[in-house]
Amino acid sequence: MPPPAGVSGGITATRTLPLPLKRGRPRVADRVFGSGVAIAGAIVLVVIGAMIIFLVLEGLPAMQHYGFFSFITASRWAPSDAFPNVSHPNPYGILQFIYGTMLTSIIGMLIAVPLAVGAALVITDVAPQRVKGPLSALVDLLAAVPSVVYGFWGIFALIPAIKPVVDFLTTTLGTVPVIGIAFQGPFFGVSYFTAGLVLAIMVLPIIAAVCREVFRSTPRNEKEAALALGATRWETIRIAVLPRSRSGIVGAALLGLGRALGETIAVTMVIGNAVLHINPSIFSQGATMSSVIANEFTEATEPFHLSALFVVGFWLLIVALIVNILARLIVRRGVAL
Amino acid sequence: MTVDIEASLTAGRSFWRRGATVRGAITFLVGSLVLAACGSASAGNSTAPTATPSPVCTGTVAPPNYTNGLATVPGQAKTLSGAGSTFVAPMLSVWAAAYATDGNVQVAYQSIGSGAGVAQIQANTVNFGDSDAFMTDSDIAKAKGPIVQIPLVQAPVVVVYNLPGIPSGLKFDGNTLGKIFSGGITSWNDPAITALNPGVTLPNTPIAVVHRSDGSGTTDIFTDFLTKESPAWVTALGGATTSVGKTVAWPVGIGGKGSEGVSALVGQTSGAIGYVELDYALSQKITYGNVKNKTGAFIQPCEQTAANATVGITSYPADLRVDIVDQSTNPEAYPITGLTWALIYQNQTNAATAAALVNFFSWVLTKGQALTGSVYYTPLGPTLQALCIGQLKKITLNGTPVAS
Repeated sequence: MPPPAGVSGGITATRTLPLPLKRGRPRVADRVFGSGVAIAGAIVLVVIGAMIIFLVLEGLPAMQHYGFFSFITASRWAPSDAFPNVSHPNPYGILQFIYGTMLTSIIGMLIAVPLAVGAALVITDVAPQRVKGPLSALVDLLAAVPSVVYGFWGIFALIPAIKPVVDFLTTTLGTVPVIGIAFQGPFFGVSYFTAGLVLAIMVLPIIAAVCREVFRSTPRNEKEAALALGATRWETIRIAVLPRSRSGIVGAALLGLGRALGETIAVTMVIGNAVLHINPSIFSQGATMSSVIANEFTEATEPFHLSALFVVGFWLLIVALIVNILARLIVRRGVAL
Repeated sequence: MTVDIEASLTAGRSFWRRGATVRGAITFLVGSLVLAACGSASAGNSTAPTATPSPVCTGTVAPPNYTNGLATVPGQAKTLSGAGSTFVAPMLSVWAAAYATDGNVQVAYQSIGSGAGVAQIQANTVNFGDSDAFMTDSDIAKAKGPIVQIPLVQAPVVVVYNLPGIPSGLKFDGNTLGKIFSGGITSWNDPAITALNPGVTLPNTPIAVVHRSDGSGTTDIFTDFLTKESPAWVTALGGATTSVGKTVAWPVGIGGKGSEGVSALVGQTSGAIGYVELDYALSQKITYGNVKNKTGAFIQPCEQTAANATVGITSYPADLRVDIVDQSTNPEAYPITGLTWALIYQNQTNAATAAALVNFFSWVLTKGQALTGSVYYTPLGPTLQALCIGQLKKITLNGTPVAS
């Protein structure tokens, strides 16, 4: 059977197509490609599914013993108080870890998002042409720094640098009635706040890199139109760049938030790992869900200890999923705006 | 992710321990980093221990020359696998390196913590385990057979602190330490501390308690001491059953991962106090205190005073499950001294492995004891050492003793 006229005509007309659509060969290749992609997709789904099932199965003994919701209603983590035949109160409360994860991520995002947006604008719209390239490459480089290095740097460089500032804050803000409780000292260097700062610096390049691409894709015409109408550089950015980029910025922030929520080793190094209860002051020590898992899984020998760590892992997944879903909703609304 | 962390931490651990040159280089590197970061904050880190050492700790100790090793069992395997305590890991890496040439056997030891070491021997996935707290009856019930537990070495857990301008040698007693670590004492110029240290001007600095965030044999030894000496500690932790262990519910403080984590935090935090095995304090030049023993003397931790910790003890239980923390009545004994135990199945099923195990631990208990000084560990005393050799003779191959 001769090939359909339209197809062969198209090929003879445009010789530049990389793969001429001949009969026979493409069918085999298609089949291989199709099944290959399907297998790859299936593997990803199977791995994720197996991981969730594994987390639940491993956490099941503790969940059955203490009750499903007792973990997120208690905020005292004391594995040494666990006994095989006592199920109340639950010594594996994890509310303080959820609090730690959220608090450090929020501090990180509050600092990182404005800075990253600013840095991306510098790269795309503000800096002179010959600076843009190196600056852009530097941001990409920052994203490649391993997290343990950030933790190391946090302990040895960041903490001594911020100590005088925070000491001042604890003696001023910390003495204000009501809100003072969130800023009380003494400040020993490692704290929720320090972890938040390190997270901010870690997620900054990720957010900045995505924002840079978003700002680059704003239509040149609109920018030029704004400039032609006599707008200043700031007005051009405000009129032509930022409104177009809103959902892109939110998406970039979410990517950063995803990393902040799950970041383990750098946070473990600078948060202070106080697991017993919630400390209200942002300058005191705490723990996050991922830090407690990293710290305790090697010697989790108390009754239900290891199983309880899997419960922490399970809730970390749930928190990440909820944040992700919320974020998607926000992005969708952002697009509609 | 977790695999990465574990690998990097394990790598870090062995890295710290590769000998004085590497440690010197690291200390220099860290020191210069801190200097580069900010000159003024490095005061605490650069304060070298300058206090006059206690007379018993000066001079060199002659390494023991134990010759009561068992005759070499022929037909041994070429490799042995072990896992457990991080406390003993530096010592075991020295032994493994020496034994590779001396005994022609490669010993691979995973430094994953005492609890994990117990779990691995229970599952029979390694040839031997190691724990700083001996296996209890319920631990052994979970194993696949009777376990022989052999003490290998002793070492002091020292109280480290960071008070710029104040050298090593600050005096502590058990009850004061208990109050500090449970949050009852929060400032360095608290009367309880100043009363122990007449003539020392202590600053009005808040105390930053630093403890282990992971389960740890070091924590077990330290909290054992606090439980024996400090009623305030026991009350704060809700009773003597929950106030001692590889993990406890620390009411206050900063958690550091591993002894490296604790020493880094103490070195960095002005006003900090923590506890680590002696080697960490010496290699990272952190100031450390003297602790009051049963006779009322304040003892500097060193190899000699740690060796004295077993001097007054004459009778040991047959299974060598003995608690030596704060037991000795020797006036020069450092009280916070602990043991670490090798955990081996009494009845082996593989002839080559059984031979290699008996040969290796016989070497560790004789020639190996002379190598302890290089990493500031303390060799076993003669009484205990002889009993350990006796334990080794209990190992059987399908019911027949391995050693002749």
